[in-house]
Amino acid sequence: MARDRTILSAPETVLTARDAGLTGCTRCGRVWPEGTQTCGRCGARLHPVSTAGLQRVWAWWLAGLIFYIPANLYPMLRTATLGSSQQNTILGGVVELVAHHNYLVAGVVFVASIVIPIAKFFAIAYLALSVGHERRAGSHPHLRLYEVVEFIGRWSMIDVFVVAILSALVQLGAVASIHPGPAAASFALSVAFTMLSAQSFDPRLIWRGPAQAKDP
Amino acid sequence: MPVPPVPLDQLIACPCCDALHHATVLGETERAACVRCGTLLVTPRTRSFLHVIALAFTAMILMVGAVFFPFLTISAKGLSHASSVFEAAMAFSEGILAPLSLAVLLVIVAMPTLRFAALIYTLWPLANGRPAWRHAARAFRLAEELQPWSMAEIFIIGTAVALVKVAGLASVSLGPAFWAFCALIIVTALKNAFMSKWTIWRAIEQS
Repeated sequence: MARDRTILSAPETVLTARDAGLTGCTRCGRVWPEGTQTCGRCGARLHPVSTAGLQRVWAWWLAGLIFYIPANLYPMLRTATLGSSQQNTILGGVVELVAHHNYLVAGVVFVASIVIPIAKFFAIAYLALSVGHERRAGSHPHLRLYEVVEFIGRWSMIDVFVVAILSALVQLGAVASIHPGPAAASFALSVAFTMLSAQSFDPRLIWRGPAQAKDP
Repeated sequence: MPVPPVPLDQLIACPCCDALHHATVLGETERAACVRCGTLLVTPRTRSFLHVIALAFTAMILMVGAVFFPFLTISAKGLSHASSVFEAAMAFSEGILAPLSLAVLLVIVAMPTLRFAALIYTLWPLANGRPAWRHAARAFRLAEELQPWSMAEIFIIGTAVALVKVAGLASVSLGPAFWAFCALIIVTALKNAFMSKWTIWRAIEQS
């Protein structure tokens, strides 16, 4: 069944809620006169499009970055098998998977816990820094980047769940036992903080930066 | 600053780029996207409320099974150990990692369950043609806000990775809870596909 994408209205130039003297609710899409504080339909706080929210983005971003450092330095897993014991950091776990020729899983873990978090730091910083510098109608790549960051951020949690399952499951006394390391907590916090950072970013800023406010 | 001569409740502002649109009720197979950034704004589906309620109930029942039935069983050299999802979350319960235990339980069990409950609370009276219950708007907003934080599907991928890691060490068998969890993810995805935020908000407002 083919689904038609109907365009609601196709004006020559796009009128934004702000141009019309209105504030749109970012939760439910309902519009209210400018200056309204809370949405009368869904009860969410209404935010006018402004760069004030960027401070929150940077605060969460920095918190995420700070916790990302111990997440990589401390061990994620402590494995004890028949007398020998070893500790693995995030990167160490990937190296070990490669050594066992589990390339696919090594790839998944590498992407989820190293590539995605680092790429996310860069992507959020890039989006936040470029607010107000883009042309009004040319922001599609930025919006796409924002959507990707929002969608993919939570998948970094994979490694935390892997540690949780392994430590719950592998409890065979002297034969083999696995315990979580401190990096699990700081990695989980880092992922949560960067998710909050991405959520604090108002995608409407992509379309009209503070430069717009100066020229009427 | 001209205010367009239309009632405000017939307008919809794109949450991604603030572009203003006239909202219209669409046909069964139509969807409406933002003219500027392409974000989907309206995806109506008839009878969607009952579908969502049914799927949310299914998901809640599956969640009970997923939490308490054995999830995975490991055996090596004559020793074996079964673990449930609850135990997996409690793996961090010793020492300084205890809060992480709570967080894991929240994102894989509590958040999804709360979302399903909030959806049922919101949609039950609406599906029966009655006015929405008190705080329905708050419940639905909660369900929407929790979405990025319910991570059941990520947990299953994590399980797959853990299974590969442990394969060399011992043999692992999958318990009923594992399959319940897989079904739960499919049901959740179906439920999300059947849901039209705009239609629900409109129904709450008009009831």
